[in-house]
Amino acid sequence: MTTAKISVKNTSLTYADGTHALKNINLDVRPNELFVLFGPSRSGKTTLMRLMNRLSDLTEGITREGEILFNGQDVFARRTDITDLRRRISMVFAIPTPLPGSIYDNMTYGLRMAGIRDKVVIDERVERGLQQAAIWDEVKDRLDSSAFALSGGQKQRLCLARSLALEPEVILLDNPTSGLDPISTATVERSLYELKQTYTIIMVPHSVQQAARVADRAAFMLDGELVEVGSQQQMFLNPRDKRTEDYITGRFG
Amino acid sequence: MTRQQSQRLAIWVITAVSAIVVLPILVVILYMLYNGIGTISWEFISQAPRNGMTEGGIFPALLGTIFLTLGTAVAAIPLGVGAAIYLAEYAGDNPLTRAIRLAIVNLAGIPSIVYGLFGLGMFVLFLNYGTSIIAGSLTLGLMTLPVIISTAEEAILSVPQEFRIVSLSLGATRWQTIRNQVLPHALPGIITGVILGLGRAAGETAPILFTVAAFYLPNLPQSIFDQSMALPYHLYVIATQVPGMPLGIQYGTALVLLFIVLSLTLVATLIRSTMRRRREW
Repeated sequence: MTTAKISVKNTSLTYADGTHALKNINLDVRPNELFVLFGPSRSGKTTLMRLMNRLSDLTEGITREGEILFNGQDVFARRTDITDLRRRISMVFAIPTPLPGSIYDNMTYGLRMAGIRDKVVIDERVERGLQQAAIWDEVKDRLDSSAFALSGGQKQRLCLARSLALEPEVILLDNPTSGLDPISTATVERSLYELKQTYTIIMVPHSVQQAARVADRAAFMLDGELVEVGSQQQMFLNPRDKRTEDYITGRFG
Repeated sequence: MTRQQSQRLAIWVITAVSAIVVLPILVVILYMLYNGIGTISWEFISQAPRNGMTEGGIFPALLGTIFLTLGTAVAAIPLGVGAAIYLAEYAGDNPLTRAIRLAIVNLAGIPSIVYGLFGLGMFVLFLNYGTSIIAGSLTLGLMTLPVIISTAEEAILSVPQEFRIVSLSLGATRWQTIRNQVLPHALPGIITGVILGLGRAAGETAPILFTVAAFYLPNLPQSIFDQSMALPYHLYVIATQVPGMPLGIQYGTALVLLFIVLSLTLVATLIRSTMRRRREW
C-alpha cells in the first residue's frame, strides 16, 4: 500500500535476555489517522513504537528482522538521519519526564538542538504547541517557571506540547493519560481529535474503553503477536478473532 | 537479651566505632594547631626561608605546591573527565573497555613512589623535561587520573536515564545530550572528584621527589621547566634533614599543608551539597 505513513513489514524482535517481544508484525498506519495499539502489558506495543523512531537503538543486544517504512523509506537504512527521524516521528512517554529547566526551556529544547535560533519562529512554535496540547491558558503567564512545578496532568500535556513544537509528522503516544483524572483525560482525548487533522497519531491507550473511544483504526497485540487489525467499528463491535473478543469484553486482561 | 536490648547495644557499638574514627583526625589537627599556630604569621606565609631554613617562611614551597596543583589540574581534568565520559556514555562492554577499566583499577593501586620513578624515567629523562614543574605536574596528574575517572564516571552514571532518552527522542544527537543534559547534572559529582584528587596530589611527596622538588632554591621558578620547592617535600626536609630546626617552623609548615588539603576537601563537600540542594528532581 503506497498511501501508508508508516508500514511495518515482517518485523520481529528479540531482546538480549531471549524475550521474543515481537513476532512477525505486519501493519500499515495511514496519514492523519489515530491508530491505536492495544493489548495487555508486555504484549509488545511499546517495543513496536520504539522501533519506529529507533529509540530501540538505545537498548543493547536486540536482534531485529523485517523493515519499517516511513514515507516509503526504511528507517533502518544506513543513510537514515536518526535525529531527523526522531524529530519527524516524535514520541511522548508514558511517564511524563520534563527536562530540568523552565517550561519554555522544555518547549524549545528540540528546536535548539535542531539548530533553530530564530526567536520569532521559536516563540510561535512554543505557543502553537502549547495550544494544541490544551495547556497554553494554564502556563502562558509562567513560561519561565520550572517545569517540575506543574501537576502530573500538566506535565503530561507539556511533554506532548514539547513534541508538537517540533512539528513532527507522526506522534507516538505511549499511554498519554496514565495517571490523569477523568477531566484531564477528556481534555487530552479532545485535543487528539484536533491533532489528527495535522498529524498521524499512533497511540497506546490507557484502557480498552479509551481505545474504543478514540481509535480510527486499531490493532490488538498479544504476546508479541499482532492478532487483528481493523477499523474502530469492526474491532470493538465485531472482532473477528476470539482472543480479541475475549480481551475487549474483559474475559482476560 | 531481648530484641530491643540487642538493637540498643548495636546502635551503641556502631556509634562508638564511628566516634573512634573521628578521634584520631581531631587529635592530629588539634596537636598540629597547638604546636604550629604560634608560628603562623603573614611573614611565615610570604617570606622565603633564611639562615639554612631555620628562620623565615615557606613562601617558595607554598607557591610551588600551588603551581603543582594547578599543573596537575590542567593535566588530569581533560584526560580524566574525557575518559569518564567515554566509559560511561560511549563504551560498551568489550575487550578494549575491559582492558581500560582494568588499567584504571591498577593505576589506583600503584604505590606513589612508583609514580615518582615512572615520572623520572618518562618525563624527566625520556621526554627530557628535566626536574621541572611540568614533569612533576604530569606525574601527579597521572596519579590523580584514576580518582577523577572513577568519581566522574560514577557521577555521569547517576544521571537518570530518562533525561537521556527524552533528549534523544527530541532529536538531539548523543553529544548534544551529553553536553546539555548529562554533564550539567553530573557536574557537582565531577567537581567533587576532581578536587578530592587534587587535594591528594597537593599533599603527596613521593611522586615529586625525583621529578620536581628541590631541597632549597634561592630563586622562585621562572617557567614550568624550572625546578620548584614544594610543601610536602619541604616538610620532609626540615623535619629530617636539617639539624637544629626549630619545632615551631616544622609544625607551622605541616599546619599550612594540612590546611590546604583540608580546605580543598571542604570546598569539594560544599560544592556537592549546595549544587545538590539546587537540584529540583
